[in-house]
Amino acid sequence: MTPSYDEERLGELLRTLRPAPEAWVQAAKELPFARRTIDAIVERAEADLAFRAALIADLESALTREGYEPDGRVVTEIRARLVDR
Amino acid sequence: MSRPSTLSDAKLVQRCRTGDADAWNELVERYSRYVYAICVRGFRLSDDDAEDVFQDVFTRAFTRLETLRDDSALKPWLAQLTRRRCLDAVSSQSREQTADDSLVDEESADMEEIEEAFALREAVAGLSETCQEILDRFFAQDQSYRTISDELDIPAGTIASRIARCLVKLRDELEGRNEAAGGSRE
Repeated sequence: MTPSYDEERLGELLRTLRPAPEAWVQAAKELPFARRTIDAIVERAEADLAFRAALIADLESALTREGYEPDGRVVTEIRARLVDR
Repeated sequence: MSRPSTLSDAKLVQRCRTGDADAWNELVERYSRYVYAICVRGFRLSDDDAEDVFQDVFTRAFTRLETLRDDSALKPWLAQLTRRRCLDAVSSQSREQTADDSLVDEESADMEEIEEAFALREAVAGLSETCQEILDRFFAQDQSYRTISDELDIPAGTIASRIARCLVKLRDELEGRNEAAGGSRE
C-alpha cells in the first residue's frame, strides 16, 4: 500500500536525517589520507628500529617530532599495529 | 547542503576501490546522515559513543570495501556495520547501567522511520536546488526564516510560502515515483 504524506508527515521525515557534525564528516572524508599516513609510519617503523623504539616510548611526541599530526585515531591505530607486530 | 551526484551506489563503490578521493567524499556525504541517524535516533547513543561508532563505521567501510560482495548493497551493508557497532556500544553501557529492555522495540520502529526518511531524501534530490536547500535548512537544520533568508538571499516574508510549495512538489515527486514503481510492477 502506498503511504500517504501530508505536510506534517513530510516534515517529520525530513527532520529524521539531520546532518552529522561537520567535524565527524570531515574526519571520515580524510580517512584515505589518514590511512596512507598510518601505513607509511608503520612501514617506516618496521624498517627503522630506532624510529620504532621512539614510537613505542612516546608515540605522540615521536610523531610530532617527525612532522606528523598526532590525531587521536591515527595514534590509536598506530599503537595497535605496533603492538600487533 | 551539497547536491548528491546521480552515480549509483555500485558505481560509487567501484570508484572508491580505485582510490578515487572524490568518490569516497561522495560516499561519506551520501551516507553520513543515515549512519548518524542510526546512532543517535535508532540507538540513542551519547555524542561520544555516536562519534566513536560513526568514525569506526566509515573506517571499516573504507578498509573492507573489497569484501562487499554486491556493490549495489552498500546501504544495507553500512546499516549492518552501524547496527553491530551500536549494539556493542549499548552492551558496554549496559554492563555499567541497567539494561533498557524497551530499546530493541524502539530501535526497530526508529529504523523503519530512518529507512523511510532515506527514501524521502532520494525524492528530495529530484526537486530544484532551491527547494532542497530550503527544506533541508528548515526541517533538518532547524534554521529560522531569517537565517534561511539571509543565507539564500530570499525575502524572509516568502520563506513560509516557499516551504509550502516545496512540500507540495515533494509530495508530487513521491506520488510520481510511487506510480512509476506501481506501473513497472504491472
